[in-house]
Amino acid sequence: MSTPYGAPVYFLYLAVALIPIVVGLMFGKRLLWYQNLVTLYFLYLTFGGAHYKQGIALIIYVLWQVLLVGGYHRYRSKKNESSVYFMALLGALLPLVLYKLLPAFHVNPSMLGFLGISYLTFKAVQMVMEIRDGQIKTFSMRVYIQFLLFFPTISSGPIDRYRRFEKDFENVPEREEYVTLVDKAIFMIFLGFLYKFIIGYYLKTFGVNYFEGALLDNTSFWNLLMYMYSYSLYLFFDFAGYSLFAVGVSHLMGIKTPINFNKPFISPNIKEFWNRWHMSLSFWFRDFVFMRMVFFLMKKKVFKSRTTMSNVGYMSLFLLMGVWHGLTWYYIVYGLFHGIAICVNDAWIRYKKKHKNLPSNIFTKCLGIFITFNTVCVSFLIFSGVLDKLWHH
Amino acid sequence: MVDKNEFLTILAEITGEDEVKEDLDFPLYDSGVLDSLGTVQLLVEIEAQMGIQVPVSDFDRDEWATPNKMLEQLEQLK
Repeated sequence: MSTPYGAPVYFLYLAVALIPIVVGLMFGKRLLWYQNLVTLYFLYLTFGGAHYKQGIALIIYVLWQVLLVGGYHRYRSKKNESSVYFMALLGALLPLVLYKLLPAFHVNPSMLGFLGISYLTFKAVQMVMEIRDGQIKTFSMRVYIQFLLFFPTISSGPIDRYRRFEKDFENVPEREEYVTLVDKAIFMIFLGFLYKFIIGYYLKTFGVNYFEGALLDNTSFWNLLMYMYSYSLYLFFDFAGYSLFAVGVSHLMGIKTPINFNKPFISPNIKEFWNRWHMSLSFWFRDFVFMRMVFFLMKKKVFKSRTTMSNVGYMSLFLLMGVWHGLTWYYIVYGLFHGIAICVNDAWIRYKKKHKNLPSNIFTKCLGIFITFNTVCVSFLIFSGVLDKLWHH
Repeated sequence: MVDKNEFLTILAEITGEDEVKEDLDFPLYDSGVLDSLGTVQLLVEIEAQMGIQVPVSDFDRDEWATPNKMLEQLEQLK
């Protein structure tokens, strides 16, 4: 067993292991030593045995990030040079950058990589930025390690925020609040079963796999269209299902990890879509990349026109997101595609502000949802990599 | 004390909505009047005109949801 939540037996182990934690929290106590044992055990399931190399990579990674962030925090409590800040940022990014870039130079980076490295990097980078801004004043190595190694979300998020996590970790919820959390958690986990193991499974088997075969046999528009829709829906149910497990298990442990999906396919425009799809990632990019970049550009008055500036901001942001997914042409094009979609969306909003007499009713709203859904599906078609397979076929 | 009128003038100018001056519980984000870009513009103007520095990182939209809440936050940051 390697991926968390991958096999039914994983849930069985989880259910048994979590009972003492849940009972403890019911009585207002966090059984920390026991929770640490459970964490070690589940990390071992993912990063031990045949995957021991990943385990070693993870240990080295965590040591590196703890020394780096701890060191920067110490420095920042005395001084605040920009050059040191940039060094710390680079340091936090370094393992991920090496891991992604080395294959291009034909060096095998396996000793650096482990499942979830990109997600842990988000956590480390935000620490450096918030310490720089003076928002994280007290830094506890203990909490930071717990934050990085929080096993329910380690492989694919949702990406939590340190200050939020710390608050939950250091406190035990009131019984009434905790009962509601458990209630929600059980609902989420069962909804996750439905999403990932039933709907996702059928979409994958009878949709994605079937139409991929059909498409490679016969490149017709119909097959392409059906592949696109089934892949897009599969992507949602599979990832949303996983996220429901991760959030549900966090809740059972008294940690209110933020949700990742909020009915993304009913978004009336692309901007709204990104507020509802893989939310913890897009909010991370919004808060730590986009807003900082635009703030800098605006303060230094790099661009005269506000429109140019926001377009440059959006394009760089989504390009970066594409690159983050992997250095492959279809991930990068996927990023650029969404960047363009947001710029078009913005241009339309400006047009609408000038022409206030445009109709706005249930019909235009449905049209908006239809256009957004199909635009997103086209982007996922690019993202799927099937076009690359067709090209090389 | 934070200059309430000064702040509301900036806010109205950036959002293009005069209503934010009248209704201080106006939901700025839920109504779509403010987005990330508008927020950044607001933070830049607050710093330039009012001399209050607001950190961009982890800007919590719930804590800055309405003109009233923004005034509260600014009061704390001053």
